[in-house]
Amino acid sequence: MLNQTITDNEGVKRYLITLNVNGDTHTVLVKGNAILANVLRDELNLTGTKKGCELGDCGSCTVLLEGKPVDSCMVLAMEADGREITTIEGVAVNSKLDAVQEAMLNYTAVQCGYCTPGMVLSAKALLTRNPHPTEPEVREAISGNLCRCTGYVHIVEAVMAASEGRLVPEDYKSSKAEGESA
Amino acid sequence: MSSERKDEYKVIGHSVPRIDGPEKVTGAAKYTLDLKFPNMLYGKILTSPHAHARIISIDTSEAEALPGVKAVITHEHVPTLKYGLSPARWDENIFCSDKVRFVGDKVAAVACLDESTCYKALKLIKVEYEVLPAVLDFTTAMDEGQPLVHEEYERNINTEIHQEFGDVDKAFAEAYHVRTDTFIGQRTYQCPIEPHTAISMWDNNKLTVYSSTQSPHYFQYYIAREFGLDMGDVRIIKPFVGGGFGGKLEPTGLEFAGAVLAKRTSRPVRMFYDRAEMFAHNRGRHAQQMEITSGVDKNGKILVIHANFKMDGGAYTSLGIASAYYAGALLPMTYEFDNYKFDMYRAYTNLPACGAQRGHGAPQPKYAFESHLDNVAKDLGIDPMDIRILNARRENTETPNNFKVNSCHMRECLEKVREMSDWDEKKKHKIPGRGVGVSTGSFVTGAGYPIYRTDLPHSSAFIRINEDGTAATLYTGAVEIGQGSDTVLCQMAAEAMGYRYEHMKIIAADTEITPMDLGAYASRQTYMSGTAVKMAGEEIKKQIIEMASAMLSLPVSDLDCDDGIVFSLSREGKALTFEEVARKHFVLKGPLLGKGVYTPPKLGGTFKGAPVGTSPAYSFGAQVGEVQIDEETGQIDVLGIWDAHDCGKVINPRLLHGQVHGALFMGMGESCWEEVRYDDKGKIINPELANYLFLTAMDMPPIESEVLDTYEPTGPWGAKEVGEGATNPTLGMFSNAIFDAMGVRVNSLPLTYEKVWRALKEKRELEEAEKNKKS
Ligand code: FES
Ligand code: FES
Repeated sequence: MLNQTITDNEGVKRYLITLNVNGDTHTVLVKGNAILANVLRDELNLTGTKKGCELGDCGSCTVLLEGKPVDSCMVLAMEADGREITTIEGVAVNSKLDAVQEAMLNYTAVQCGYCTPGMVLSAKALLTRNPHPTEPEVREAISGNLCRCTGYVHIVEAVMAASEGRLVPEDYKSSKAEGESA
Repeated sequence: MSSERKDEYKVIGHSVPRIDGPEKVTGAAKYTLDLKFPNMLYGKILTSPHAHARIISIDTSEAEALPGVKAVITHEHVPTLKYGLSPARWDENIFCSDKVRFVGDKVAAVACLDESTCYKALKLIKVEYEVLPAVLDFTTAMDEGQPLVHEEYERNINTEIHQEFGDVDKAFAEAYHVRTDTFIGQRTYQCPIEPHTAISMWDNNKLTVYSSTQSPHYFQYYIAREFGLDMGDVRIIKPFVGGGFGGKLEPTGLEFAGAVLAKRTSRPVRMFYDRAEMFAHNRGRHAQQMEITSGVDKNGKILVIHANFKMDGGAYTSLGIASAYYAGALLPMTYEFDNYKFDMYRAYTNLPACGAQRGHGAPQPKYAFESHLDNVAKDLGIDPMDIRILNARRENTETPNNFKVNSCHMRECLEKVREMSDWDEKKKHKIPGRGVGVSTGSFVTGAGYPIYRTDLPHSSAFIRINEDGTAATLYTGAVEIGQGSDTVLCQMAAEAMGYRYEHMKIIAADTEITPMDLGAYASRQTYMSGTAVKMAGEEIKKQIIEMASAMLSLPVSDLDCDDGIVFSLSREGKALTFEEVARKHFVLKGPLLGKGVYTPPKLGGTFKGAPVGTSPAYSFGAQVGEVQIDEETGQIDVLGIWDAHDCGKVINPRLLHGQVHGALFMGMGESCWEEVRYDDKGKIINPELANYLFLTAMDMPPIESEVLDTYEPTGPWGAKEVGEGATNPTLGMFSNAIFDAMGVRVNSLPLTYEKVWRALKEKRELEEAEKNKKS
């Protein structure tokens, strides 16, 4: 499919593309070298997609492209044209958290939170294709998502728990907040 | 009514979910790089490509002419006042004027309509340099005849320390066994995943800065000082911060250059460091050369220690004077001995400046000391665990350098990891290539003195109850950077008020709204901010009980408030809800407010450098690790790690274990993998996350961490620190486990596979030679 283009007076071409993000269709005008992470963040204001390196090393910018986790800092916006993208903003539906999010929350798998959106998406992609992974499979699935805070201990625990439907950890039950909301 | 020691509390001591968790798991949390303001410009800094060079000229005309460029600034446009974090050595300028001192030193900056124009503009700035010989090796930097990094610091000596306690010579003379070992520690970098970002804007003469900072207060103080502003005219706002670990404690070129660019353009300016620029800004762990000599008696009791260190400071001081003092100050914490000598030189080099990384100054000396102690134990034929238990510090003691230790369960921590790891069994039945190592650590629970001299309190807080009593908002200058302070402080506020955690809101770390707090460093917030928060909560509780007393016509002494209910102690059923009492208070008396403040007591000795390492309380911990070494490749497989901690009353168990995991993870990385490496021109070889290797989820071994049931009498509900202390034992633990596995010692960090392989090879060759000699 040929994109419509506009050329500015310096001769720089811009392409009209369609991004399907979290079920919404956006028409945006981008340069050929525009990076998906930047278009999501700067044009669509979806800043839940983080940037930690812009080199494809850290995984903070993970989004799902047709269900598969990709580093959106390594994807051209043009490549995503017409394809389905899920960002962290699209994971919770009508403010109902996804199981992975719920478990990450309850198992205190979040510290600074900067890696969290990417982690959630990588884990969600794993559980979609493999609902009952082993621990090594979980570790492998999130090995492209670097976390500097947690040592991954609670993250792995949370993803395993999400896969087993144990969204509330045992030690958490004793907490006041849980007793209250139950 | 309040704080006698109890076993069970309604809010503290429970793993309540993080107050900021929902925003973080849904991507709603806004970090500085996620913020935009109308009319905002983008800024970038031009840095030096040379480690050491004289600036001959700077020509910005072409950059200025580029469409989209709104301002170009150099040293001519900024204040010339030198800044830094350690006040005794302010030695850094916003931009270099005469010479550049490391690859990455700041030369100029631009503000443009968009980021890509910034990069084009930077390329158009023409700087002519005369390259000078660079000082890259800190071990020779202080020799005669080396080039000078700063002309005013002779022989490149940045800091020189000589401390002596007890009678060192006598103790060495009397010792049964004296031994010296030398170890090397490497440069590492904090590597928070969120890049540093700052957005600066002016409203007439008031400067507002949004920044990924660990201390809005220090930013406010140092930025006001640099620009000659009143502190009240500088507002620092901390959005969500994606990790700090010490690297975001001081203002950077982003804040300083950003403020000038914003002023010149009258527009908000957002600036950030990309990953390589973060590595260049650094302020990470110093490289150190550590010579340790000990004298012990026949049984292995330590009589005397001499620590003789050198450290690589890089081009500027940053917080490095404190790092230099810390390196020696905390060495006598976990073991008791009376005679101690500490000598240190911190050298200037033409490399990025070093500062405070998690465990500030302490982890590498601890690695050296713990490795040395195992060598001593081996000399004497004592089990490494036994020699530590023999020397373990006890509660209510004082270190030779005058640190008063209240609660201390060092010995119990060691006994605990001995049991958890099955130490005795593993020692008895040795499997070839396998080894166990033990190590200890301790850390301050907040520094006894602030970084710059002031008599301001270290923490303060206030709480406002919503008019109808259905919520309480905690206002604190304490700084959430991931460690969980917002959550823990809300738990503490609720507990102190007799209220409920789920009704808590928090506004934190905005210097114009929240009361002052020194911020997130030196593992201080649970204790110090917590003490202020507890006081604020108790003030609310007192007013609630007074109001309830009037409403129920019962004496104050007969009332208590817990879990959102005010009740009579003597009469069953006589009770009111916190909400209705709080509402009544507002109707009759106006806003229901509570405030609290914390200033540490006067601590420490009177010798030079005595304040560094003082703290109202110290944490203690021990770790055992088990490794398997592949003799062919040197590969180190970690089979398990066991950690026991004495960190006082635990406010939130899951958050606390998260701190231990994170600290251990960082310590593990520093032990075997992480190192910032430089080429022979002083350029960083590996400033990317793909090449600066820290552990992924696949590399992380199983960890078991336990906390002892301990109580610090001076802390809020008995709490003390955990966040940094857990990094301290790890490096030594690895070193000792590897030593146990292969019988040879690697004397420099990181303990890479290659070094292990080489050590094994040398050992084999030595054994062969011995055999050949005999035959
Ligand atoms: S920002 Fe994309 S992988 Fe790091
Ligand atoms: S929680 Fe901070 S990087 Fe993962």
